[in-house]
Amino acid sequence: MHELSVTEQMLHIVLDHTQKAHAKQVLRVNLVIGELSPFVGESIQFYFDLLAKGTEAENAKLSISRSPVRARCRQCGSEFHPEGTAWACPECGDLLGEVLAGREFYVESIEVE
Amino acid sequence: MKKVEVITPILNANDLVAQENQNLLKTHGILPVNLMASPGAGKTSLVLQTIKALQGRARLGVVEGDIASSIDSDKVAATHTPVVQINTGGECHLDALTVQKALKALPLSSLDILLIENVGNLICPVEFRLGEKIRVAIASVAEGDDKPYKYPGIFTSVHAVVLNKIDLLPYVDFDLEAMRQAIKRLNPGAKIFELSCRTGEGVTAWAAWLESQWKVQEK
Repeated sequence: MHELSVTEQMLHIVLDHTQKAHAKQVLRVNLVIGELSPFVGESIQFYFDLLAKGTEAENAKLSISRSPVRARCRQCGSEFHPEGTAWACPECGDLLGEVLAGREFYVESIEVE
Repeated sequence: MKKVEVITPILNANDLVAQENQNLLKTHGILPVNLMASPGAGKTSLVLQTIKALQGRARLGVVEGDIASSIDSDKVAATHTPVVQINTGGECHLDALTVQKALKALPLSSLDILLIENVGNLICPVEFRLGEKIRVAIASVAEGDDKPYKYPGIFTSVHAVVLNKIDLLPYVDFDLEAMRQAIKRLNPGAKIFELSCRTGEGVTAWAAWLESQWKVQEK
């Protein structure tokens, strides 16, 4: 599925920054995927291993952190982590939550040598 | 070992092309609408009903996204509306680049609203911006009232939810109030349009809203 094309783009970003850093090899790629983002870590790892062969990123470890959904209540301003069907504010019970985070999908950093 | 900060969104390339699309459409005063739904929710039916409802009020163009076939674009072409079919050949969503190619085949200077019918899928289309100004999720009463909680990604990201097939309400176990509540919880700002593309009930309100969005943009 689209994890292949997405991983190609990710590798492109990684290699670009590797060259800019004048590094020979990528040891680790730190990825952030939000809980609301549909991308599957295992698939990305699979395609990454395949695509990175013969590049500076061959054998690099992928480290994926899932960033949690964060919402802010529009009524009382408190921030909370909605789960399942519990999207109401735990403080005041209001339903007017605004999604602040949880859709991220980016390369946070790379470790090179 | 050296750590290099990157902080680059992986869909950066797509987002940049989406921005180009949006800019191009804006210069023509066109309101681009991304219609997303699961297969069978009634995307093409809504497109056809919208064309009918806005006849003489706004000039519509359509981009049809499907894995394969021209079944949908044939239906739209039969109404003499400019339409481009994109066959993704397996990809489960449209992306900004395929839409950019489609735009080249449309008479942009004589369009007001562009309806982009995405590939039937509630997950992947959400992440790939196409250049749209308005994002719409179409759900149907035959699918169940718990869908917003199961697919929060799409329901939190849209400007409007169209709830189709309300003529089937007497025949299905669908709790309309629960659905309204779920949408309101996840996305309180979203407009909700309850309609039936089969009977035409409720289509007027949806079409009028779309027209008003186009007029707001034009100013």
